[in-house]
Amino acid sequence: MNILNDMRFRALCYQIGAIGLVAAAAWTMFATASDNLAKQNIATGFGFLARQAGFVISETAIAYQPTDSIARAILVGIVNTVKVSLLAAVLGTILGLFVGVARMSRNPLLARLALAYVEVLRNVPLLLYLFLWYSLIILVFPPVKQALNILPGVYLSNSGLVLPAVFVENGAVLLALFVCAGVAAAILIQRIGQQRRIATGKSNHGMAIAGLALLLPPLLLWLLGLVSFGWDIPQAGRFRLTGGLHVRPEFVALLFGLLLSVSASVAEIVRAGIQAIGPGQWEAAAALGLHRSRVMRLVVLPQALRLIIPPLTNTYLTVFKNSSLAIAIGYPDLVMVSNTVMNQTGQAIETIAIFMGVYLSLSIAISLAMNWYNARVALKVR
Amino acid sequence: MAETQALSLPLGAAKPPARRSGWFKAYFGTPLNSMISLASMAAIFFLGKLAFGWLVVNAVFSGDAATCKASSGACWPFLAEKLRYMIFGFYPFEEQWRPLLALTLFLASCLISMMPRFWSRALLYAWLLVVLPILYVLMAGGAFGLSPVPTSSWGGLPLSFMLSFIGLVCALPLGIGLALARASSLPAIRVLAVGFIEIVRGVPLISILFMATVMLPLFMPEGVTIDKLLRAQVAIIIFAAAYIAEIVRGGLQDVPEGQFEAGQSLGLSYWQVMRKIVLPQALKKVIPPMVGLFIGFFQDTTLVTIVGLLDFLDTVRSALRDPEWQGIAVLEGYVFAAAVYFTFSALMGLYSRFLEQHFRVTHG
Repeated sequence: MNILNDMRFRALCYQIGAIGLVAAAAWTMFATASDNLAKQNIATGFGFLARQAGFVISETAIAYQPTDSIARAILVGIVNTVKVSLLAAVLGTILGLFVGVARMSRNPLLARLALAYVEVLRNVPLLLYLFLWYSLIILVFPPVKQALNILPGVYLSNSGLVLPAVFVENGAVLLALFVCAGVAAAILIQRIGQQRRIATGKSNHGMAIAGLALLLPPLLLWLLGLVSFGWDIPQAGRFRLTGGLHVRPEFVALLFGLLLSVSASVAEIVRAGIQAIGPGQWEAAAALGLHRSRVMRLVVLPQALRLIIPPLTNTYLTVFKNSSLAIAIGYPDLVMVSNTVMNQTGQAIETIAIFMGVYLSLSIAISLAMNWYNARVALKVR
Repeated sequence: MAETQALSLPLGAAKPPARRSGWFKAYFGTPLNSMISLASMAAIFFLGKLAFGWLVVNAVFSGDAATCKASSGACWPFLAEKLRYMIFGFYPFEEQWRPLLALTLFLASCLISMMPRFWSRALLYAWLLVVLPILYVLMAGGAFGLSPVPTSSWGGLPLSFMLSFIGLVCALPLGIGLALARASSLPAIRVLAVGFIEIVRGVPLISILFMATVMLPLFMPEGVTIDKLLRAQVAIIIFAAAYIAEIVRGGLQDVPEGQFEAGQSLGLSYWQVMRKIVLPQALKKVIPPMVGLFIGFFQDTTLVTIVGLLDFLDTVRSALRDPEWQGIAVLEGYVFAAAVYFTFSALMGLYSRFLEQHFRVTHG
């Protein structure tokens, strides 16, 4: 038999050809790029990460000075990205649950209102909303000099909301330890309570005791005087406010835009998931004498959760990626910090590689976490 | 038989309670329901009053920036003055009939193509050989006595449509190819396809746009420059292809394995089986989600603003920044842009639902 007619040989050829083609393209690109970079006197490699950043970042969740390294600046960007997407995902999910339930309300007026909410959010680009919220904040609130002093120590102006901040004066480590212990105890107590309820069929106060276990240890520490808190009260200077916790308009606009878009998606996902549970489940549970809200909580939602988790994962991945729109309104997320680094060092390839790598690995992490959760709630086939 | 009889025996308490219908019960059936109804009515009334007051009662219908500044309502003169700029951008003013004609032709062609009864091979050829060339000549000029207009002057709504539509048209074959590669039995090809699809889907569009605008020039041999618009278009095509590939993969998985095997047993080659048997069935199933995807792309094209292209959102924003109107018509501009995006997206959403219905009826 002619070797050219052998299926396996041909398959091998196709694959070698494809890999060769990709490798050749990559090599050509690499060669041209290094040639071009050499001509333009742009350095290559990741050495620039250790250099001094030298630029100011308006919002830092971790300590950062312009004298810190570029790597540190990028880390600040990553933390900012994670901060805003996490908050948007959590708040958006809560809001979306309400809208989704309203969407299925038996009251036609409420159902229509929820539908209008979802449609208005889904049919207009997110970027437009970000611009809109941002300019509304700038437009509606007065400039810093005439900041509204709504409560003692609380100032509202078009450069954001300034609040008194609480900080731990001493005993921070002890407090952290006690909080961790409290959380662990609360989870344990809640588990035991649940098991006992399942075993005996009687309700107990597991949740309440767990709540106490969560709150008591830090409270005890504070009462014993082992931990003390200090207040950082903002001071109104002539041109700007100093001190306190500063919530910037860029952050608020971005958070608001992202959480609204999450809520619209979550509402649709929840509605689809709940509607997929057949009416038989409702009727059977009602026949057992359960109230409508309990049917929802104990019978329908646990089943719907299985259908909801996969599309919900997509929504979370989307909000995480959409947080990159921050650059349009000037919130210093990963992309915006990288862009500054890119302009400063000229090392576009390395910088883009870094932030694409970060997005990719965090995306994979989110997928894995959600898949793990999905496996937990999935139907156990024994 | 005996069992069915036993099950259908009447149990005495025969009928389920009859459902009382009527709008009154729907709105005011229970105290809670009445409260919800009243609260909803209040919300609708409040929003309606706000919108009506802004759009009509307090609005300025004629005048200039100064009159608008004095009023708290909507500023219609702003829209009237800036409408042409917002829609066409920096396209030469006297030549703006060309993008207008192109836009009309494009939308009319879309409208015709949306009707399933016109779907045929001829329609595809008409698009590729007639409509798209005409649109290009209208926009770019340089033939038939039309003065050439460089792509750097293109902007506004035609640009937004172009980026999303051309993006989808070019990404479609690429996405189908990727989906086939991902379903391939050859491991190396599968790995390459999975790698490409997952990388593109794992990063934000903005990073691909950055890559295309900042990095791509570095990969080009010296002296070769690619148009900025084309670079953004390439980024959108790459992005779209990965998402289309995932949708098509879903369609391919829906086609039973037997179809492929039957084709092979008839002696057809891999490509013949795919082209004549598997893909036609798979693609038919993915048309509705594809329309949904297109809505997303249409909205995502706004991101090209960030890399400095003058799409519709960008022309609206630069109209707002005009010194004469600065800070006066912010809401007007964004609400207008939102209304335009909403109209097209919502229409396509309706169309997607119509298609789902259509396929359910005609193809079981």
